Amino acid sequence: MSRYLRLSGLEPFVLTPDIPFVNIGERTNVTGSARFRKLITARDYTAALAVARDQVENGAQVIDINMDEGLIDSKAAMVEFLNLIASEPEIARVPVMIDSSKWEVIEAGLQCVQGKPIVNSISLKEGEEQFRHYAGLCMAYGAAVVVMAFDEQGQADTYQRKIDICARAYKILVEEMGFPPEDIIFDPNVFAVATGIEEHDNYGVDFIEATAWIRQNLPYAHISGGVSNLSFSFRGNEPVREAMHAVFLYHAIKAGMDMGIVNAGQLAVYDQIDPELREACEDVVLNRKPKTGGTATERMLEIADRFKGGAREEKVRDLAWREWPIDKRIEHALVNGITEFIEADTEEARQNAERPLHVIEGPLMAGMNVVGDLFGAGKMFLPQVVKSARVMKQAVAVLLPYMEEEKALTGGDQRQSAGKILMATVKGDVHDIGKNIVGVVLACNNYEIVDLGVMVPPQKILETARAEKVDVIGLSGLITPSLDEMVHLASEMEREGFDIPLLIGGATTSRVHTAVKIAPRYTKGQAIYVTDASRAVGVVGQLLSETMKPDYVAGIRAEYVEVAEKHERAELAKQRLPLTSARANHFKIDWTDYKVNAPQFFGTRVIEDWDLAEIARYIDWTPFFQTWELKGVYPRILDDEKQGEVARQLFADAQDMLKRIIAENWFKPRAVVGFWPANAVGDDIKLFADKDRNAELATLYTLRQQTSKRGDSPNVALADFVAPIGTHDYLGGFVVTAGPEENEIAERFKRANDDFGSIMVKALADRYAEAMAEMLHQRVRKEFWGYAEDETFAPNELVGEPYRGIRPAPGYPAQPDHTEKVTLFRLLDAEANTGVQLTESMAMWPGSSVSGIYIGHPDAYYFGVAKVERDQVLDYASRKGMEIAEVERWLAPVLNYVPA
Amino acid sequence: MPANPSPSRKLLEKLARERILVLDGAMGTQIQGLGLSEDDFVGHGSGHACRHHSEHPQKGNNDLLILTQPEAIEEIHFKYAMAGADIVETNTFSATTIAQADYGMESAVHDLNVEGARVVRRALDRATAIDGKPRFVAGAVGPTNRTASISPDVNNPGFRAVTFEDLRKAYSQQVNGLIAGGADVILIETIFDTLNAKAAIFACMEAFEATGVALPMMISGTITDASGRTLTGQTPTAFWHSVKHSRPFTIGLNCALGAEAMRPHMTEISGVADTFTCAYPNAGLPNAFGQYDEGPEDTAKQVGEFAREGIVNVVGGCCGTTPDHIRAIADAVAGVAPRVVH
Repeated sequence: MSRYLRLSGLEPFVLTPDIPFVNIGERTNVTGSARFRKLITARDYTAALAVARDQVENGAQVIDINMDEGLIDSKAAMVEFLNLIASEPEIARVPVMIDSSKWEVIEAGLQCVQGKPIVNSISLKEGEEQFRHYAGLCMAYGAAVVVMAFDEQGQADTYQRKIDICARAYKILVEEMGFPPEDIIFDPNVFAVATGIEEHDNYGVDFIEATAWIRQNLPYAHISGGVSNLSFSFRGNEPVREAMHAVFLYHAIKAGMDMGIVNAGQLAVYDQIDPELREACEDVVLNRKPKTGGTATERMLEIADRFKGGAREEKVRDLAWREWPIDKRIEHALVNGITEFIEADTEEARQNAERPLHVIEGPLMAGMNVVGDLFGAGKMFLPQVVKSARVMKQAVAVLLPYMEEEKALTGGDQRQSAGKILMATVKGDVHDIGKNIVGVVLACNNYEIVDLGVMVPPQKILETARAEKVDVIGLSGLITPSLDEMVHLASEMEREGFDIPLLIGGATTSRVHTAVKIAPRYTKGQAIYVTDASRAVGVVGQLLSETMKPDYVAGIRAEYVEVAEKHERAELAKQRLPLTSARANHFKIDWTDYKVNAPQFFGTRVIEDWDLAEIARYIDWTPFFQTWELKGVYPRILDDEKQGEVARQLFADAQDMLKRIIAENWFKPRAVVGFWPANAVGDDIKLFADKDRNAELATLYTLRQQTSKRGDSPNVALADFVAPIGTHDYLGGFVVTAGPEENEIAERFKRANDDFGSIMVKALADRYAEAMAEMLHQRVRKEFWGYAEDETFAPNELVGEPYRGIRPAPGYPAQPDHTEKVTLFRLLDAEANTGVQLTESMAMWPGSSVSGIYIGHPDAYYFGVAKVERDQVLDYASRKGMEIAEVERWLAPVLNYVPA
Repeated sequence: MPANPSPSRKLLEKLARERILVLDGAMGTQIQGLGLSEDDFVGHGSGHACRHHSEHPQKGNNDLLILTQPEAIEEIHFKYAMAGADIVETNTFSATTIAQADYGMESAVHDLNVEGARVVRRALDRATAIDGKPRFVAGAVGPTNRTASISPDVNNPGFRAVTFEDLRKAYSQQVNGLIAGGADVILIETIFDTLNAKAAIFACMEAFEATGVALPMMISGTITDASGRTLTGQTPTAFWHSVKHSRPFTIGLNCALGAEAMRPHMTEISGVADTFTCAYPNAGLPNAFGQYDEGPEDTAKQVGEFAREGIVNVVGGCCGTTPDHIRAIADAVAGVAPRVVH
């Protein structure tokens, strides 16, 4: 019997030599198909099955199923979809490829298919032991397997690394484990070529040559690859991408590649590619010098646009709109966020207009209305709107002097705004990106914004509101104590007889909190929670409309009463354990043989040698896009059907600014890190001043979950992860900051009427602080504490926190008490060492700062304490030597009772 | 610890290369012939009182007779051995917690499997003492009464009444019991849902790894009707590809069809399998009363043709076959060259 790859669905599939290439359908892959992702996210399985059916009907011999998307429960979706496929003989006919980066998803999939599937993928990334484990399970479940050329050092990029890793994997699988060699499919990694980076030029050749070597030297094994990566740098230019894929496959198949994830419907026919384009493709794929001179990449870039085809003409710098009438030009500039000509155009419009005000009320407002409509209809996204605002501001700046002059002459009337809105970040809180974005969006809709900035005391808010006769107050806050500030301000508004609407927004705010805690304190007016900037316009519009307001407010009131009641019922239904029972059910670690090495030093160390370029490599971009209200996971968001274009533009803008940040040293990052001998005593963590643990230095107090747990889940407190007295354990602490410079730079942008730049620099400073925390944590694991010296994660692999140990921060779910920061800052002498200060609400200033403690036990994990009972508050207050009322004030958001 | 092939595997492979081996016939038909009452099933009327208790009536729980009527069961096994069977199956088709749940007898599962293997061993030792021929105990693993690939609810095709993990656990218990009782072979049979069988294979591999000894597996699917597919829709070759990773001693078919209807499917499997093959069809198709009336000679004639066509290495009988059928089949294949494995 020949050693062919033999798979099955309801029917068999044998990869015989007369099949030159197996096309694996990728349309049932959420990472490869935006449409499929939408269907799965919306749980429209009927339509999702139709996608699979189509694919099989169109000749797919194997279908790839991938559910790896942050917003999807991948495991559940994999099981559900495979179970449904089993009931559809037209689909179940062919074998499946179970595709996930998470083994648990793969294993759940393997438990649902009666046929013989392919697992995609396993690799040596986590070492030989883990590789053997997964391979052994593939053998026990009866699956062929894709093996990625990936080892402990990372993904193989060169020819030598590719063949070395594949040979090593083959040896383990075939010689040591008896894995059938015909069931192995190597994926030697297709990488992007023609990126402009010289090291990437040979990636195509490396793949093709490695393929040939594997086919010759590793008998019966197969070769597969994800072809679309190759042309990544030509996203948006489909004809060129298709040509590159066709040329690449032509050569790779000749070398022995016999499988691939390819969108068959979108593959050019090799012979039909324009000879000039084909030649250019061959040059980049095969890394040849073009006959016409220059580099292959340059040549490709030169000709690529010509082959781009119709649909996206606009991308090319098309100045035809400059010939349009002035009003249309202004609208175009606003919608497309183009500042280049706006001053000249505004000036031209002014000269044509009777009064400068007419330019604002005429073409500028008309253009902004178009922007507002497009935004409302989901056809424009937040970053674009903020750019429109920048154009608007610059236009208004041109007109202002003339308007002042006119006013001086005539005392004439001012422009009528749609309403006046006061915006402020509450006392004790320093975060303002969200608030600024809301301000910009409202300003775009002709509202006048009075922005009081950050850390604004309540009296100042109320005085300004009265003096300026504002129509609405908008409050923002990011940290939990700000919630109480908002409640306080609502009470003050009630007391002082205000009746204007109060808008609530920011990361820790919620509809429930607003309904339960804020709205009842302000009965004369209405407090309203606003999810994000895109909602703000609609909410304010209704609140300021005489006709719509009564119904709208009545609706909100009814809704909040219901929310509050539902919340109360849900809380009552939740069983909380007495503290003693919760303690008895603590997280159990067997400490008997636990050994962890001591950190390199005790006490603190200041770290100043930060390289801005290096930090940038550690940036997790997903939250950056969230800041701009683009929802999706980086890097896939760049290819998103709907938001992809905006995301790419925003990302490019961010990269441009990043380059300047690095080149011009905009930020001055600082950090302090410290380590101490530590032991848990009950729910507290004692830190010692000396190695022999004789002198107590400080105590960190921790809070324990009191939720009634199902099954054998424990009631965790952070102290559970630290060894008790008798076992040597340690604890670390840190504060990092991108520095206070961001504020000055943001102000500079604002003064130049560039809100976009101002928000961008703050968003990047935030990312810098988070990236520093990630980078420092890695250095702690590998060097300072050094319990994971061999860790080899690349910066972009740290996103899911795959490593050992945690860095919880006071004020966050695992320890909701912000005041623990005081102890941490004292231990680290953080203010002197980094310049970071704590506000009265325990927010860190500058805002782009991160702090936390390091816990090193391998079983430690992040959790939420959730609501606590009075028994724990009493106990905690006495342990900590704090007044009960004081503890209750700081823990207000997590109290499961109403304090006396 | 990787498991090494058991001595029984080496011996069986040697014998299978020399001649066509014979498997036993139906248990159900023989047990019906005993005319046992509810009291006999639970061991109150005759036999041994069962120490496992249940609220449910036990009549029809054939596997339970291993504990309550062991002498009668041993006698049936002995008859098959003397009729010419080289491999005799335990009476444990339904001895899993999943299948026994219908009778409330989950607690008896371990004992059923251990004793089920022991009682066959006793019968075979008696037979071998008479004629000196080696014989093998095949621990029978049935499909259970649930399917992991099909929803029992037509309105909710994604629903499953049993999961792979449920099956793996249940099979694990059964296989460990069979091994403890001294089974030489594990026979996973009457497979109408290949996913159930894959869970059984997974459980076997785990058990073998734990003991360090890999017993030979015999894997036997069931083509339910004229569609030529398993109940869950697989063709014979697709079925083979799905279970090939078990590296079984034999792959083949049993039940649902008489020999005549089974032939094309056995021919297909014989053509694709790179291991020994096994066929044990029913005694034709049931009549209007649910009884099989194909006589021993008729069945043996058709099974003899399988042998002459070179598509089988092991033959036996399923529903409706008796020791007489097995004797006739053994005679029919005697001296016929076994199928050659490529």
